[in-house]
Amino acid sequence: MQASRNKKICVYLGAALLALVIATPVLWLFIMSISSSTHLTTLPLQWWPDEPTFENYRSLLIYAENTPSQSFLYGIRNSVIIALAATGVSIAAAIPAAYSFSRLPGKRRKNLLYAVIAIFMLPPVAIVLPMYTIMNALGLLNTHFALIIVYCSILLPFTTWLLKSNFDTIPSDLDEAPIIDGANRVQAIWYVILPIARPALGAAVMMAVLLAWDEFFYGLLFTNDIRAKTITVAIADLAAGRVADYGLISAAGILAAVPPVVLAFFMQKTLVSGLASGSVKG
Amino acid sequence: MISHRKTVTAWLLLTPMIVIILGVSGYPLIKTIYFSLTGAKLIAPDMTSIWVGFDNYIRALSSSKFREAIWHTTYFAVISVGVEMVIGVLVALLLNEAFKGRTLLRAMLILPLALPTVVNAMMWRLIYNPDFGALNALLLQFGMLDAYRSWLGDPASALDMVILADVWKNFPLVALIALAALQTVPKDLYEAATLDGAGVWNRFWRITLPAIMGPLSVALVLRTIEAFKVFDIIYVMTRGGPASSTKTVSFYVYQEAFAYMRVGSGASYALIVVLISASLIAGYMYLIRKQGEV
Repeated sequence: MQASRNKKICVYLGAALLALVIATPVLWLFIMSISSSTHLTTLPLQWWPDEPTFENYRSLLIYAENTPSQSFLYGIRNSVIIALAATGVSIAAAIPAAYSFSRLPGKRRKNLLYAVIAIFMLPPVAIVLPMYTIMNALGLLNTHFALIIVYCSILLPFTTWLLKSNFDTIPSDLDEAPIIDGANRVQAIWYVILPIARPALGAAVMMAVLLAWDEFFYGLLFTNDIRAKTITVAIADLAAGRVADYGLISAAGILAAVPPVVLAFFMQKTLVSGLASGSVKG
Repeated sequence: MISHRKTVTAWLLLTPMIVIILGVSGYPLIKTIYFSLTGAKLIAPDMTSIWVGFDNYIRALSSSKFREAIWHTTYFAVISVGVEMVIGVLVALLLNEAFKGRTLLRAMLILPLALPTVVNAMMWRLIYNPDFGALNALLLQFGMLDAYRSWLGDPASALDMVILADVWKNFPLVALIALAALQTVPKDLYEAATLDGAGVWNRFWRITLPAIMGPLSVALVLRTIEAFKVFDIIYVMTRGGPASSTKTVSFYVYQEAFAYMRVGSGASYALIVVLISASLIAGYMYLIRKQGEV
């Protein structure tokens, strides 16, 4: 009895410690975001603002030219456009490919699937230099188009892999029946597979959007002003700015984190099962 | 036996993906190899490129600065992934116990994972701030520090502080993978072992660890591949400084090509990084093949 009580105490202590470790940094980021700049640069540091204020959020969300709100709001806009477009292109090409890998297997196609996964894991430095010179030659630097194209190098292999492993779980009788009745493969995908795989398709879309939203390396190199800079690049700029307004930077961080955090909480189950099967990267 | 028509259909369905991947990854990769054998510069690289053979590689491998960057990257990958594995498994063991608030705590693990990498880096940079940072204030108020320190400004501590920020973000990944694996371990194994008089320690090494080793090794390799690419967190937190003490290979390539505009030698550095990554990726392929997950 004594031993199990001790164990219980240990478990609750561990749980409390874990909760503290996870919550504290984010909580502090939030506290900074509702503090004034002068409050945060007064020593000794106080852990709660005398007058909590949402002024930082207001000055980011209300558009004004040549202020942080301009680069922030344009960053959000650019990231939304680029993430959605790159996801759309990738999913459209990934669906037939995933179906082919899943339903029409062959030795060479299996090797191709391995190659696709390997490409997904390649470091971006492997392709960034030629990509840069090509985009430069075509006059596409600093456009949404350039990043949409480049992001496909990450999102397409990823969504193909994710959808393939999901299609594998759908019994093949379901789409073989209409094919015997004379339907073609595209019809089988459209009318049979996609309606069944709708949750998986939704998950693939959300994961792809998360990956695109988080991307920084290509965004940094291929853009140079508000016309195409993504939100991650805008945040890095803000954090590196000479005018260090810690409250404002924190508010920008919180706002940029809200969409992916909300998405991730909604799809917790998919995320965890994806992680468990080894097909999701961190 | 798969019919000829089926094979044609299979390849037709793959065509859009193959075309896009060849365009956005295949062709650029080959062009990187070509660049690495030339003296191409970022300004009009196709016109001024002169064939230099393996000169770039010889220079890269004999450069002590590049070797230093490889060392920083290896240190970053080994320490951060190592610590993430240990903490991740401990957290998974904790969450595998039944207690109040377990579901909430498991949901909380998603928070660091979902936080954009750049936001995480910026958050820790603010916490480490040498003049007004929370870490300094906290340690001073608890009497664990005599005076404010510049955590990221000291070459002796900068890389470790970046690793700490990375560990905070990524240990939940290992924890969630390990937890999912733990939940598949049959309970009666433990009961039998307990009856045979095996202690907690013995049960962990003999039953738990072997049972979760498969998924755990996938997590290990996956995290190592990611850690080896590290760029975002370095760029935002330290830009490779102070005194190049946090300069990793990706950052090195970035500087060589985009700050010094030397595309040719930048490409040779990039390909050395690719080769190292490729050996890790091959390890990953071996693991998922063995576990039949593809």
